[in-house]
Amino acid sequence: MNKIKHLSVTRKIDYATYAGVILAFAAVTILQRLDMVSRSMEGMLIPICCYVVMAVSLNLTVGILGELSLGHAGFMSVGAFSGVIAAMSLRDMLPSEPLRLAVSMVVGALFAVVASFVVGIPVLRLRGDYLAIVTLAFGEIIKEIMNCLIVGFDSKGLHIALNISGTVTIDSLGLDETGYAIIKGAQGATGTDKIATFTAGFILVMITLVVVLNLVRSRAGRAILAIRDNRIAAESVGINITKYKMMAFVTSAALAGAAGTLYGLNYSNMAAAKFDFNTSILVLVFVVLGGLGRIWGSVIAAVVLYVLPEALREFADYRMLVYAIVLILVMLATNTPAVRSMVGKMIPRRSKGGA
Amino acid sequence: MKKLIALVLALSMSLSLLAGCGSTEESEAPATEETGEATEDAGNDAQPGTTTETSDATPFKIGCTGPLTGDAAIYGIAVKNAIELAVEEINGLGSDIQFEFQAEDDVADGETAVNAYNVLMDWGMQILLGTVTSGACISVAAETYEDRVFTLTPSASSTDVLAGNDNVFQVCFSDPNQGAGSAVYMANNMADAKIAVIYRNDDAYSQGIRDTFISEAEVQGLDVVYEGTFTEDTQTDFSVQLTAAEAAGADTVFLPIYYQPASVILNQAAQIGYAPTFFGVDGMDGILTMEGFDTSLAEGVMLLTPFSADSDEPMTQAFVEKYQERYGEIPNQFAADGYDAVYIAYMALQEAGCTSDMSAEEICEALISVMPTITYSGLTGQGLTWNEEGEVSKDPLAVVIKDGAYVIPE
Repeated sequence: MNKIKHLSVTRKIDYATYAGVILAFAAVTILQRLDMVSRSMEGMLIPICCYVVMAVSLNLTVGILGELSLGHAGFMSVGAFSGVIAAMSLRDMLPSEPLRLAVSMVVGALFAVVASFVVGIPVLRLRGDYLAIVTLAFGEIIKEIMNCLIVGFDSKGLHIALNISGTVTIDSLGLDETGYAIIKGAQGATGTDKIATFTAGFILVMITLVVVLNLVRSRAGRAILAIRDNRIAAESVGINITKYKMMAFVTSAALAGAAGTLYGLNYSNMAAAKFDFNTSILVLVFVVLGGLGRIWGSVIAAVVLYVLPEALREFADYRMLVYAIVLILVMLATNTPAVRSMVGKMIPRRSKGGA
Repeated sequence: MKKLIALVLALSMSLSLLAGCGSTEESEAPATEETGEATEDAGNDAQPGTTTETSDATPFKIGCTGPLTGDAAIYGIAVKNAIELAVEEINGLGSDIQFEFQAEDDVADGETAVNAYNVLMDWGMQILLGTVTSGACISVAAETYEDRVFTLTPSASSTDVLAGNDNVFQVCFSDPNQGAGSAVYMANNMADAKIAVIYRNDDAYSQGIRDTFISEAEVQGLDVVYEGTFTEDTQTDFSVQLTAAEAAGADTVFLPIYYQPASVILNQAAQIGYAPTFFGVDGMDGILTMEGFDTSLAEGVMLLTPFSADSDEPMTQAFVEKYQERYGEIPNQFAADGYDAVYIAYMALQEAGCTSDMSAEEICEALISVMPTITYSGLTGQGLTWNEEGEVSKDPLAVVIKDGAYVIPE
């Protein structure tokens, strides 16, 4: 009896998460129709969707699998660049923008999956903090590779060069007159078609939530949680540790790749330097402040912490200082027993033995 | 309860920290603080906070996004200060065209710049005098093109800023012009130089200038003996590149980079006793006003800039004097570009007969047709004209740093 009750609580939280996101989307869409959303808010909608997906997917690795990943922006970068290349190459073949966006996101996710296999297969077999070390390096390596990447497209197809010597430019690709540059090395992707939409962002967030929440509540998810809680015990009951670790890690990377594509197709210019260590840490901050393993927490933290620096613009030069203070206060507040018990009283139906 | 008290204490301490910051700022540069308030007031009251206002025309709302904090802050702040100065001057003229100005911080990042631009659009901006840095400007230019907002960037020098955007115009010369211009200057004035190039290969600006410099150097028959690269993460140590350049026998080092890594290079070169001629471009501008940098290290550095604060031109002298009085430092090229941008916009608005009750879109279309027809003479050059693409025609000027100031080389 107790068990059923416990399950229903987690289910309720899941459904509340879906409902919250859908309600937020509906509210924003209605306000948009009524012309009541400010430009600055409207401009932030798509990046918010990207960061929500990033935070939720990273929570799968950090909170649910219990492995620290410091290179989540690397997967975003892989997804962003491969997605932009796909979107720009399919310009003539797929005139329908939503379709092209969807195809690009799939391409972005696939490339991120390939990258995550390369990282995951050797590293996830190990015990300890190796994943943190390797993903940290991975993020930097991806940044350097993308800095060298030169891609153009013409009637003959895709032209790709790696500017390792520092002397290759877009002219060395030998594009014919119908050709155009997609990625110009250090300059990044310039002149990208901005085909990302808020609706697409919302759909991606929903897909992410469905995938992550269902994975966690499934048999595989329980295995992943078991590995996090006690690796030896999990191994002793015959759970294939590496398989389930890979499952969580690769899913997380695929979603990050799709988020990267959405991000890349929202700006006409995007450079590899954007996806650096700081971006990885930013997403990690969203996850930690939202609560490890708490999916709805990641969603809220990503939204609030993305909007916050923009909302603090009136502080002018002290903007980031105030932002840091707010972060510290949030950390202190969520750890204060007084506040916790207050929140606990506000949510009365919290079972004593459960959660 | 104890925790609660600690929390309150922490809060009050951080607030006093904030207040502390504010007061030091005030004592150092009272003028800056005042203008900041003046612009804020202007933003709230829809009336410019200037004293000599005689016209009752409603002002045009002009905005600017630039890095007011972070690594490239010197550029953004210089542009913002100079625009404020020019706006006040124009408002003081009492003509029908009045300006109201607001600047937003974008930390030289495309994503933040688009957010900053949207904030300005909420404010009701009609003309954008930005964005200050190239990478951010490319992202913003795509937005202004869609929204039809006339954009005149003081200092975003990449050609990608203009590509396909008929509403974007530049005040500064473009990267290809800088790279090619440097090569031509070297070919004419130091043809025998053995040249080393140290550039940042993860930066659009640096890579762009390097590419055009190298291709022009080939045409001019210059001898490039060494090329060294660095990235954002490795810009704290250049001993490898400098030793290699020295070993390759380079007597001229071309630095198409921003002033911050350049200051490290100058420092380290002095340490190892390597003293070639350093040659920079407009990103080098600002090195003399950098905090904690020994300006004697920059003696003899050459750079390409359209503006020299030591010029005898009365207009330049008047500007330098005013700027120095108000902000306590010698204006750099970015400030001059920002100042010119306001006057160019002023001239174009007059020419097009725009009134401030026109929408941003109408102003944009009117100015696009007017821009290629006007000729402007200002701080950064005489007889500037623009082509349809938005590129300005002006000659870069080579200066050399002598006794902590720019002078024209003999």
